[in-house]
Amino acid sequence: MSVEPVLQVRDIVKVYGGVRALGGVSLSLAPGEVHCLAGENGSGKSTLIKVICGVERPDSGEIVVGGGEPLTHTTPSEAIRAGIQVIYQDFSLFPNLTAAENIAYLSELAARHKLSSRRRIRAAAEAVVADLGLRIDLDADVADLSVADRQLIAICRALVGEARVLIMDEPTTALTSAEVQRLFTIVERLQERGVAIMFVSHKLDEVLQISQHVTVLRNGLVVESGPAAEYTGQRIAKAMIGRDVSQERHVDPVEPDADVLLAVDGLGRDGAFSDVSFELRRGEILGITGLLGSGRAEIAEAIFGVHPAEEGTIAVGGRPATISSITEAMKAGIGYVPEDRLTQGLFLENPIAENIVAASLDSYRGKGRLLDRRRIADSISALFEQLRIKAPNPQAPVRSLSGGNAQRVVIAKWLDRNPTVLLLNGPTVGVDVGSKEEIFTILRRLAAHGTGIIVISDDIPELVASCHRVLIVRAGRLVAELVGDEIEVAEIQQRMAG
Amino acid sequence: MNALKRLRGANNEGILLAVIIVLVIAMAMASPAFFTPSTFFSLVRSSMVPLVFALGVLLVMVSGGIDVSFAAIAIFAAYSAIAWSSGSGIDPGLFGAFLIALVIGALLGGLNGVVIARFRLPTLIVTLGTQGVFKGILLTYIGSRYISAGNLPPSVLAAGDAYLVNIPGAGYLHAMMVPVVLVTIGVWWMLKYTVFGRGIYAIGGDVEAARRVGIKVVRTQVLLYMMVGALAAFGGIIYVILGKNANPQSLVGSELDIIAAVVLGGASIFGGRGSVLGTVLGVLLVQLINNNLVLVGIPSTWQRAAVGILLLAGVGIQALATVRASSRSTAIHEETVA
Repeated sequence: MSVEPVLQVRDIVKVYGGVRALGGVSLSLAPGEVHCLAGENGSGKSTLIKVICGVERPDSGEIVVGGGEPLTHTTPSEAIRAGIQVIYQDFSLFPNLTAAENIAYLSELAARHKLSSRRRIRAAAEAVVADLGLRIDLDADVADLSVADRQLIAICRALVGEARVLIMDEPTTALTSAEVQRLFTIVERLQERGVAIMFVSHKLDEVLQISQHVTVLRNGLVVESGPAAEYTGQRIAKAMIGRDVSQERHVDPVEPDADVLLAVDGLGRDGAFSDVSFELRRGEILGITGLLGSGRAEIAEAIFGVHPAEEGTIAVGGRPATISSITEAMKAGIGYVPEDRLTQGLFLENPIAENIVAASLDSYRGKGRLLDRRRIADSISALFEQLRIKAPNPQAPVRSLSGGNAQRVVIAKWLDRNPTVLLLNGPTVGVDVGSKEEIFTILRRLAAHGTGIIVISDDIPELVASCHRVLIVRAGRLVAELVGDEIEVAEIQQRMAG
Repeated sequence: MNALKRLRGANNEGILLAVIIVLVIAMAMASPAFFTPSTFFSLVRSSMVPLVFALGVLLVMVSGGIDVSFAAIAIFAAYSAIAWSSGSGIDPGLFGAFLIALVIGALLGGLNGVVIARFRLPTLIVTLGTQGVFKGILLTYIGSRYISAGNLPPSVLAAGDAYLVNIPGAGYLHAMMVPVVLVTIGVWWMLKYTVFGRGIYAIGGDVEAARRVGIKVVRTQVLLYMMVGALAAFGGIIYVILGKNANPQSLVGSELDIIAAVVLGGASIFGGRGSVLGTVLGVLLVQLINNNLVLVGIPSTWQRAAVGILLLAGVGIQALATVRASSRSTAIHEETVA
């Protein structure tokens, strides 16, 4: 290929406080190429993205766009002017501004306008939205929009300027499969225009569907790089973690007469879901799935008292429980790992240790109602070990952890309360293959030790790999219960869509 | 529903206006002395300086900070300009006095901005610190002497008696209202129609996201605090003109009423939200209470409590609106499902 690469990354080294995040990474993107960047959390992917888009300055090495001069004082605005756009995993949108402004403010900034024209912003935003064939309420504040809409807005924002290189960091996590397909259509259209796309995703089958080139990072180094045609999901996964991974179905048998840990009967909340009944037995991992917005998350939130149900009954461990608040749910023995762990499940700036005991401080009261420091320290180190949280020590702030490790901290927090039932909403969203597998290993072990586990997820392969039973939610109702051999990817997908 | 929403305003300005109207009606019923031109004129007069300060506080609050140093900057800048003039005997003229004060204010504000933006320190702590420093320097090095009307520069003294409208027996509208109104419109225009102004909202919404889209956060913040310092100085000089004296001990201590007015006006203490219209209404409401509670027979000792209660109510409405908004967004979500 003699085509001049549109982006060249040469020998980037970045060291954070003695830890080498990137140890000399080089890669290049040709125009119109979709380049997949794969790697576990902590492999250096995020750091590389930050360096390319000018948020972090590399210790050595250079970034060249379109055969020009290397970017020097790399700042975000310099990278943006050079044509590098990033769609961040957390979207990085302004919740207080309207969708239109979020999309088009950047172009006002880039064009160095002094005055901001509402009409111009509106027109620019409308053009992008129409170009992508989307329907978004441009006048709504982003804070009022759903996660999927926010993601679309982030995409629109990146495309409003003349992007030559588009970096997508986990763009599909919050999208349903229909929306993912639409995103891919958009990606193909961009390709035709000669935009080079760096696609970062944990969903390897998606990656292979769309990309032409694959680069795998491990521990800050490029371990493999080559045309996507030579790769299978299995091979990428192996390169990422350095060993084989299995996504084979693996469930431990459950005694048919095991205790019922959770019995839900006729649960309903107006406008969200109705007539939801199911049981969860000791040792069981129960999957609940459905499309985004089907009500799967709302059911979990009702059981945990976030938005309590209006009708129906819940019994935990054989005792009826009135759950009208989170406190009551916790008292009844229910734990909940929320979907958006970063904002709902963790105190990001606080140490791992404090996060682990945050939900269970009450149980550490000793004599005179003071906290028993020693006992706290003991259980923290036990959980730290048990869940194999990768961090220098339990005093590190949670913000410094990768997605998979942050998720373990949330799980640890609930384990410390010894819940009868643990609900996990999207436990592997934004978590890489290796950590995914380990998280499910942890869940299987918990189930074997008698905790009832409910996993709410739209990652169907992982449900197939680990669940004893899978319930399917459509438009607020349980439409199917799959058991044993019925649990298959195709079957679930079909039932979800209806 | 939509018409109702528009009436309520993006930051509950409509509710605020309704509260003011209800209050005015109640006061008018309670006291015949209330509903007179003189009450109106004195309300306008007493609102001018707080409004200028409130605009500065609004800008900082929209950017996600809180500023308690504006009163110290205001009196520092105004007193320095006047003291220099009366000490040297040079009358810089009205514009000259404004100019000197604005430059001093911008410099002090810029200092706030540099410390806040460069070192990413919490704005409340920084401005709490600098307000002490500014006041200390003023009293130690510039002067602690009260400058009476006779020692004011003649041009400044003369401006104190310039009226726009003067109805003998009823009251007057002061000529300084013109620059105050112009500045208010200027701030409104800047926040709404300039890339810089929208950038302030963006920074208040999410600083990290602002950095990522290439907003020069440090530069924007430094400029913003310079502007806020200049606004404070502007308010300080008007304060001197209206009061016809310059007292280095004054103004500091009045911060809370101003901040309360801005919060009542719908500005979010978490940043990213707030409007000039709301701020104007908030200032009017607080001044209405401060000026007239006595008139309707409520002891003046209740003034502080009344402002405090209003502040709590204002923040309460904000919090309720947030809760409502979040439940609304799930409702929208459900509709798309069905």
